[in-house]
Amino acid sequence: MTYLSLENLSITFNTDNGPLNVLNDVSVKMDKGEFVSLIGHSGCGKSTVLNIVAGLLKASKGGVLLENREVDEPGPDRAVVFQNHSLLPWLSVYDNVRLAVDTVFKHSKSKQQRHDWTLHNLELVHMSHALDRRPDEISGGMKQRVGIARALAMEPKVLLMDEPFGALDSLTRTHMQDSLMEIQARLNNTVIMITHDVDEAVLLSDRIVMMSNGPSATVGEILHIDLPRPRHRLSLADDPKYNHYRAAVLKFLHERHAQPDVPVTTTAAEKTPRLRAVG
Amino acid sequence: MNAYITATKNLLNPATLARLRGALSWQLLPKLTTAIARSLLVPLLAIALFLGLWAATAKNIQTSLGDLPGPVQVWGQAISLVQEHRTERRKADEFYARQEQRNAEKLAEDPTAEVKIRPYTGKPTFIDQIGTSLLTVATGFIIASLIAIPIGIVCGMSATLYTALNPLIQIFKPVSPLAWLPLVTMVVSALYVSDDPLFAKSFVTSAITVTLCCLWPTIINTTVGVSSVSKDLLNVSRVLRLGWFTKTMKIVLPSAIPMMFTGMRLSLGIGWMVLIAAEMLAQNPGLGKFVWDEFQNGSSNSLARIMVAVFTIGLVGFALDRGMLLLQRRVSWDKNAVLR
Ligand SMILES: Nc1ncnc2c1ncn2[C@@H]1O[C@H](COP(=O)(O)OP(=O)(O)OP(=O)(O)O)[C@@H](O)[C@H]1O
Ligand SMILES: [Mg+2]
Repeated sequence: MTYLSLENLSITFNTDNGPLNVLNDVSVKMDKGEFVSLIGHSGCGKSTVLNIVAGLLKASKGGVLLENREVDEPGPDRAVVFQNHSLLPWLSVYDNVRLAVDTVFKHSKSKQQRHDWTLHNLELVHMSHALDRRPDEISGGMKQRVGIARALAMEPKVLLMDEPFGALDSLTRTHMQDSLMEIQARLNNTVIMITHDVDEAVLLSDRIVMMSNGPSATVGEILHIDLPRPRHRLSLADDPKYNHYRAAVLKFLHERHAQPDVPVTTTAAEKTPRLRAVG
Repeated sequence: MNAYITATKNLLNPATLARLRGALSWQLLPKLTTAIARSLLVPLLAIALFLGLWAATAKNIQTSLGDLPGPVQVWGQAISLVQEHRTERRKADEFYARQEQRNAEKLAEDPTAEVKIRPYTGKPTFIDQIGTSLLTVATGFIIASLIAIPIGIVCGMSATLYTALNPLIQIFKPVSPLAWLPLVTMVVSALYVSDDPLFAKSFVTSAITVTLCCLWPTIINTTVGVSSVSKDLLNVSRVLRLGWFTKTMKIVLPSAIPMMFTGMRLSLGIGWMVLIAAEMLAQNPGLGKFVWDEFQNGSSNSLARIMVAVFTIGLVGFALDRGMLLLQRRVSWDKNAVLR
């Protein structure tokens, strides 16, 4: 039973040098509670896919179905964990999450319930000790935790994460991955996560969607990760299946879709800042 | 160590600087000493140098009112201005005390007698005039902020409105207060007619002129602040489906506050500068009028008194700016921003 379906997504941006076709015919079907990673070279269009699912960008062709209904607007049912955390710098950790809780459960929860729910979600990411701190007073890993708590607190149908741990040092990253697996085991969210990290993708995902290089990027290959949960990174290290999956992703990225050292044409990534999406 | 302590004690005296350096050099000058030297000694030295140059040149400049006054004469006049203020206050107190006494006597004779207290009508002292100027600039500045911040907010949120208003803003921004003043005077005389006006016309005219000149920086900076809200934060608001009002209150305004305050600080600085000119021409009894009156007066003390006013204007302006800076630091969430 398909829960979330990306159907033939294509998107073309109007740039100064004419139209730029970034995605071409991207289709992925996901079940409820499935954890899918998107992996691919920088600039191929992973964030664009995620933003289309979030409703922040509109596909030029194709669409997104959630529970068989088309979604083309952003909404709290598809919560996003942004790469740069995007916490409001003038609000405390608690207030950042509370703002989301207050907005989403304005009518369905009492004040006390919303307070408890905020605390509960912050506890889930082990941030109860820093409720009153401002984002610039906590570490990068902690900010990312709060960002995840904020997204989880919306009780989304789909959780979208754009390189959630990309900016963290590797030790913090492993901690965060473990927390995420633990949360996932409890809540069984439907998750799309973008990552650059092969180990992270294999460790966390049920499936890995590997994207071909842009422009006109599409789904190159989908890898099922058939490892029993709960997974432990130490015991997996010697697991031949795990290493097989790892090798498969690496092969895809570095043999079949290696990025040319010298770009034949100027890569579009360099031009992004001045460009605008066409809706 | 002892040498170090006595040395820091003497630091305040610039004359001992050279000696101090020699005494300390063998001690591996601690960083602290350099810091103190930089933040205290250097400015003090510069001021001393300035005073010296001033004293030396002033003697050689002959004006129709005698020599240009040096620091000593100016200091003398500053003290005498304060004393005049004290005398005037005492006179006023005595005046009221006399009236009270007379009224009490009257009431003792005839309990039904009507008594009233007449206000004291001495001329405003220098200190009173500082007060008037501060009140005027505060009025003009507050009115300007109340107008400019909402305009800035809507301009920042609507590109169309910004395009519409931008030419007007750019045209009015560089207009000197001296050009506004005649217009404002005429308009105020025409519209502000009342038998028992709450405020003097000169006050209203000066305040409005200040308003007209300090609208612009606040408008422009608020617009920039509002329109440059981070795209990521706006995405957060889209995902949460915040309504227009909540989005403005929770995301747009807080993120624009640092810029808003930068604009208001600029505005206040401009307002204070403009005020002096406005008061001169509008005859509002503040510092501007003080300078003008002394200029017209032309006594041998006038130049020194004007110089006292010049320093006062400078110091008050500096204090206003620091006050705004403190406020800005207080309300700004962006603690990392370098505010000078
Ligand atoms: N608004 C836009 N207008 C024009 N081009 C865009 C726009 N957004 C993205 N692009 C282009 O689309 C391509 C894909 O961008 P995207 O951010 O999705 O890449 P990505 O795979 O997330 O890369 P990274 O791994 O570096 O984050 C890039 O070449 C970029 O230049
Ligand atoms: Mg990206």
